[in-house]
Amino acid sequence: MDCVDFVELVTEFLEGALPEADERRFIEHLAECSGCENYLDQFRRTIATTGELTPDNISSDARQQLLSAFKDWKRQ
Amino acid sequence: MAGARELPPDEVLVRRLRDGDEETFALVLDTWSGGMLRLAMSFVSTKASAEEAVQDTWLAVIRGIGDFEGRSSLKTWVYRILVRTAKTRGSKESRTVPFASLQPEEEGPTVDAARFRPPGERYPGHWAVGQEPRPWPEDYVLRGEVRELIAEALDELPPRLRAVVTLRDVAGYGSEEVCSMLEISPGNQRVLLHRARAFLRRKLEHYLSGVHDVAVGGDERGLR
Repeated sequence: MDCVDFVELVTEFLEGALPEADERRFIEHLAECSGCENYLDQFRRTIATTGELTPDNISSDARQQLLSAFKDWKRQ
Repeated sequence: MAGARELPPDEVLVRRLRDGDEETFALVLDTWSGGMLRLAMSFVSTKASAEEAVQDTWLAVIRGIGDFEGRSSLKTWVYRILVRTAKTRGSKESRTVPFASLQPEEEGPTVDAARFRPPGERYPGHWAVGQEPRPWPEDYVLRGEVRELIAEALDELPPRLRAVVTLRDVAGYGSEEVCSMLEISPGNQRVLLHRARAFLRRKLEHYLSGVHDVAVGGDERGLR
């Protein structure tokens, strides 16, 4: 396996979706190539950082309307 | 707003919602709406429209909670309603996002071919000299800008890539749930996810390699 192939297989590797033989070649390459080792590490850190995003929330007007809609529904 | 309070299990949530417990409704509303808003943005053109899709979804949840059968988690059920609602809105805005097959722009390499040694050179297909990914500083996540950068980069992604990476890496869904919500095959889901992640990594790499040369805060804002 060369680096060109390695960088395209990272998600499949992380998902455990690589066929056994490919996974073995992936790991062999990883052990020998510091550039790809960094690439995999950066991929993991990117995923972790994406997971830390705190999304915007809906406006307080919308929130208030939904809370009243729920209250009205309960009264019915 | 409720902070990061732990949600009770689904049976409890559903029972309380059916009983009309306002505090429980406020809790799920505050916990899930942010993620829903981000996901809705994949299907519609404006933030206002995404917010309306989220509102419509909650109204449908209020009306339909009696019919919830518990075959998926409550959150997945709510997200499925959201995807349907946002898709309908998106198609009215002539912004259709077909998910069934991959688009031409979703093929091809995710790393610039110029970074690898060409055929004919020694070790073809390996990182070219000076083009190998360099280790990132250990404390890079401590910089608030990094998260801001990822948030902005998510907005730049094409809709299908954004939808998949938002569900998988922001909202934390497993691949099976995402395939079922978006009606895509596991193989296509992985392709979209990989392209989206590779794009975000490139943005981070670019930022982290330039950060030593430009004022903190980004090059645009650093210039007068």
